[in-house]
Order: sequence, then C-alpha cells, then structure tokens
Amino acid sequence: MLDLVLRGGRVVTASSVDVVDVGIAGGEIVALGGHMGEAATEIDCSGALVGPGFVDVHTHVREPGQEWKEDIASASRAAVAGGYTAIVAMPNTDPAIDSGPVARFVVERGSDVGLLHVAAAGAITAGREGTRLAHLDDLWDAGVRMFTDDGDAVADAAMMRRALEYIGDRGGVLAQHAVDPSLGAGAMHEGWVSSRLGLAGIPAVAETTVVARDLLLVAETGCRYHVQHVAAAGTIELIAAAKDRGLPVTAEVTPHHLTFDHTAVLGTTDPVYKMMPPLREPDDVAAVRDALRAGVIDMVATDHAPHADHEKDVPFEEAPNGVTGLEWAAAAVNAAAELDERTFFAAMSVAPARLAGLVDHGRYPAVGVPANLVVFDPATTWVPSRTMSRSQNSPYLGRPLTGAVRATVVGGEVVWDAGGHDDAA
Amino acid sequence: MRTLLGTEDLDRSSLDGLLDDAEAFLEVLDRPIPKVPALRGRTVATMFFEPSTRTRLSFERAAKALSADTLSFSPGTSSLSKGESLKDTVQTIAAMGADLMVVRHRAVGAPARVAEWTGLPVVNGGDGAHQHPTQALLDALTIRRAKGALDGLRIAIVGDIAHSRVARSDVFAFATLGADVVLVAPRTLLPVDLTGWPCEVSTDLDAVLSDLDVVYLLRVQTERGGASVFPSLREYLRRFGLTRDRFARLRPDAVVLHPGPMNRGVEIEAAVADDPRALVLDQVTNGVAARMAVLFHLLGGADA
Repeated sequence: MLDLVLRGGRVVTASSVDVVDVGIAGGEIVALGGHMGEAATEIDCSGALVGPGFVDVHTHVREPGQEWKEDIASASRAAVAGGYTAIVAMPNTDPAIDSGPVARFVVERGSDVGLLHVAAAGAITAGREGTRLAHLDDLWDAGVRMFTDDGDAVADAAMMRRALEYIGDRGGVLAQHAVDPSLGAGAMHEGWVSSRLGLAGIPAVAETTVVARDLLLVAETGCRYHVQHVAAAGTIELIAAAKDRGLPVTAEVTPHHLTFDHTAVLGTTDPVYKMMPPLREPDDVAAVRDALRAGVIDMVATDHAPHADHEKDVPFEEAPNGVTGLEWAAAAVNAAAELDERTFFAAMSVAPARLAGLVDHGRYPAVGVPANLVVFDPATTWVPSRTMSRSQNSPYLGRPLTGAVRATVVGGEVVWDAGGHDDAA
Repeated sequence: MRTLLGTEDLDRSSLDGLLDDAEAFLEVLDRPIPKVPALRGRTVATMFFEPSTRTRLSFERAAKALSADTLSFSPGTSSLSKGESLKDTVQTIAAMGADLMVVRHRAVGAPARVAEWTGLPVVNGGDGAHQHPTQALLDALTIRRAKGALDGLRIAIVGDIAHSRVARSDVFAFATLGADVVLVAPRTLLPVDLTGWPCEVSTDLDAVLSDLDVVYLLRVQTERGGASVFPSLREYLRRFGLTRDRFARLRPDAVVLHPGPMNRGVEIEAAVADDPRALVLDQVTNGVAARMAVLFHLLGGADA
C-alpha cells in the first residue's frame, strides 16, 4: 500500500500540468497517473496545484542568539505552513555563521526539529564585519554553498574581489545584500514620501552602485553571484545586461517588494513597513513584477525577518528593519505577480533550490523524485489572523490574501495539513 | 479636531478659526491678570523627549493662562534612562490623568504613535524633520498681525529645508492661507522630491529678494546630520545669509521672521536681527496665544 496519495490536484510536472494523483511511498514519488488505490494517508487536492515544495534562500531563523524573535523550531513551523520544504538560514546570528561549528549547529537543530530541510548560509567575512574573510573552507566542509554578509553589504571593493576569487574557486555562490552603507543610512526610500515626512532617504543608487561594481568584479573573477532582495528598477537593467553577457548571475525579490510601495509609510509611519532595502516607488514595484515574470529576476525569497513586538512598537526611525513572510509569501506572489504555473514554481521552488545546491528539493514531480511537495490552492481567499512565527511583524496579517497552502510534504511525510487549522483554507 | 499632528490637512477655515481665537487670547495675555478659566480642571502633559526650553515653556504658559494644570516630562530626569520604552512612558503619564499630551520627539511620527497608544488628544510639539504645526500657527499669526492677511503675500523660506520641521509646517499653512511661497536653499539642503508641495524653489536668494513681503530664515542646524551639506558657515552667510546689504535691498515694508534660536552671523547678521522689522520676539509672544488656541480647540473648553 502507498504511504500517501495526493488526490486529484493539478500536478505541475516538468512537461505539463495535468489532473492526476501522486502516489508516495518510502519518501519518494512512486506513481503519477489516474485514480490510485487507497493509501495510509490521503489529501484531497482538487482545485489545487501540486508542485515542488517551496525553497527559501533567505530566512532569518534568529538562532543562535536572538531566540526571543524566532528559533529554528518556530521558523520551521512557519516555513512548512507556508509550503516550504527547505530554507536557507541567514548567517547574521549571534554568533554569526562564520565558522564550521555554528553552521553545523544550525543544520543539526533543523534536523532535530525535523519538519523540513534547514541549510545554513555562511558569512563572507568574519563576524560579518567586512574586514577579513570568514572560515570559508570550514564552512564549505560543513556543507555551506551560499555565502553572504546579509544585513550588510560587502562594501569594500578589494574585500569583495578577494571573496569572489576564493568562493569562485570552490564553485560556491556569493550573495550580496546590495545597499551601500554610506548612501543607505536612511530610514526609507528616498522620494516624495521621505521628503514629505522629513525622513532620511535611501536612494535607489544605494543599490545600483553596489550591483554595478560587483558585476564588474564578477566578470573578472567568474564567481557565481546572486543579488539579494532586488528593490530598484535600475538593478534589473544591470542584471539583464549581465545575463545577456553570460555572467553567472541570479537575483531574488521579496514578496513585500512585489506588493507594497513607499506610500505605505504615510499616515501613521507604521514600522511594519520598515525593511532593508526599503519599499520603493510604484514604478519599481511594476519593474520587479515584470522582471520576475520575464525571468530576469529568477526567484522569490522571503527575507523573513522576525522582530518582537517591543522592538517594532516604537517610532519608525527607531525600529529594526524587516518583516516576517514565510507563511504568506506564496499567496502574496500569487496575487501580485500573476505568474503562470510553471514560472510560479520556477520562482518559488526550482531556481532557489538550484542556487542553494539542494538537490532533493525544487524538483518537478516524477517517479523516483524525493517527495518534497506543496499543495497550493491559488484561488482561495482568506485573512491570516495568527502566525506560527514567534514574531508578528508582518504587513500581511489581517489583510485578505488570495492563495493558500493546503498541505506540505517533506520526505513523503505530511508536515503541514491546513485541514487541521481553522483559519487556513 | 482631535489631534494636531501637522498642517498638511488643515483647511482654510480651521486655520482662520485658530488664528482668530489666538488673536482673542493675545488680548487676554495683555490683561492685568492674564488668565481665563477655560480649561480649569484639565491637565496638559508636556512630553518633551528632545531638549527644548522655549517650546515647552510656551506650551506650559499657554496651558496655565487657560487655567489648566500641567505635567512636565523631560528625558534627563526620567525612567527613559532606565530603559523604559516610549510606549510605556506615555501610557504611564496618561494613567496619571493627563487629558492631552504635547509631544516633542526626534523621531518622525512619534506623536502619531503616542496618539494611537494613549487614545488622548495629542499636539505635535515637533517630530524630527517632519512637522511643527504650532510653530506654523504662530508664524502665520505674526505675519497676519504685521501685514493684515497672508493672501497674496510673497514669502521666502530660506535655509535648511531638508531637515526642517518648521519649513514643512509653514509651507502648507502659508499656502493654505493664500500666500505665494518660495523655498530658497542649495540643492543639498532641499528635500529630493517636492511633489505635492504648494511652493516654488530657488537656489538664488538674490534673485528673489526684491519682491518678497516676508523673509523666513531657518536656523542652520549644525547639530543635525553631521554630514557636510555646504562648504562652510562663511560661504553660507555669503550666499544665503540675510546680510545688511540684502536687508537693504528688501522692500521697505518687508518683515523678517526666524523660529529661533538664531545663529547671528550665519543665517542672519546681528544688525538685521535687531532691526524692528525682525519680528522674532513677536513670534515668541504670539506663540503662547497660538498654543492657547490649539489647547482650547482640542480640549473643548466648553465641556470643562
């Protein structure tokens, strides 16, 4: 008997979208096709898409060091509720993931929790301080394939060049938080809203100047380069030109940059709209949507950044940057970007798994493929009223969303079943 | 009116009403016993999270002239230094029985958050570089008393517009009252995008000088920003300061305003500051009356 059958969903495979059943046993897909016999567990997938589980290459799990915001267990629960089967933990923990033991700790905690695959990104520089290289070889040996000082850019050009050379040699990916610190010291996007509010602005060139410089260094070193959370239209032009030249470049966009613009800060200057990079202009929002549709931006990443109420319940300028997003990312993308099924799963699952080197994830359903899958209903409208995260700094809470994760399957096990939760579809 | 957080949303009739009341309160302040019982039994808390003497004293003088009681908060002596949050601090003072809060804070939007957290009427006493609405009222009152009305007047606001809450409040209030406003500053002291601002912009003070009715000089805020936004104070005076030479080229009936405290020799030469057409001390007196009008409106004197 099968362990699990996903019954009657629109299954997005490498070549087609068909209404079929997915039969799972021993952690793998063992059959795809017409009506299958009984299984120990069945999930009704009618009306929903069945595809490769989502992969987030940009999650702040806050453990070790800031467990009052989030920990690996709560991040895992939020992730599987959002349809994720794998996440990559950002290294801005305390201590930073800049050494082998810290990377191993995060990955082992993830497997102890056991809900989904937790990978670790490593810091580029020791302590993310930008002055000397982190223990890149130890990190590599601990399984790290993606390196970033996320939260801070590698601002120093010589350091960036050295990191691209060293990580390029090993075949790793260097991911850049592209905000120049000297131009990026403001609280929100520099534009008419910041001018009206008297808030110090972060101009779009804070992002584009970093990416432009980096691309020149990438052309010289050949290292794989990934632009994190693209927010400015000008960055897209740079990435498109680099891809045309054949440079090994990828880019991500967050759900919130696909959804909101800087006018969200008007009114009560609510810090739930404070993040880095900042929400930019409606033209930038349109540009990142178009770029995701066109594949210039390869993937969605949440930049899930939990902060406790007492940290966000302060005036805008004093609040930390970041919003949570794992649970609602797919719905937000579904509503904002209007992607066809294949582009949706390419952006949410396939491209991020490839970037992070997660060979068992982001694979279209086929016989013999590990059963890391999501059942996503793109038509259901609902209003999230609570969160699995330890923090609730999300602009999506209390806001109607279209698209709901019905179930998440990791290694053949159902790790999330919305049927058991009354506020989900 | 429930709160006064800025001037952008104040319409002509609200502004005229506040200014009319302020004129009436000026008359009260001129009496032998400068006090009316309008807000007897009400408590006004002045919550100044940023150092300020003149604005806090002006609000407290206004509250007392209306017979309100005052609670005065300043950060130096408070539990803020013990790590108490802004939210806890204002909720604590609210629980003591404040009926209204005047909030000054270096963070933009802090007064709006305080209004949310306490449910009390809040007057913005200055939030970062955002708004300082009672300053705009006292400025408008001063101009109105000097020139009869603001309609059709040409007013230049000169200086660090980018970092000025006074400029942001004045531009909208003056324009709503019918004035023709021009901002004068080097580009490094102008906000990057003036979409929706009812004013013109010039980088050349000398070019606009001769047809001005009012010159409003902003203080050069050497303590703000830190970054170098103009080459030197000497060059600032030469290009944007109101020197005796420039003052002499103004129309003979033009007046000069400054929110204080003045940097003599930077944005204004001493001889100009001491000229009778510099209305700086009138602004201070008018400030008390303007704040009385605001407190009276927000606390609904008739209900007291």
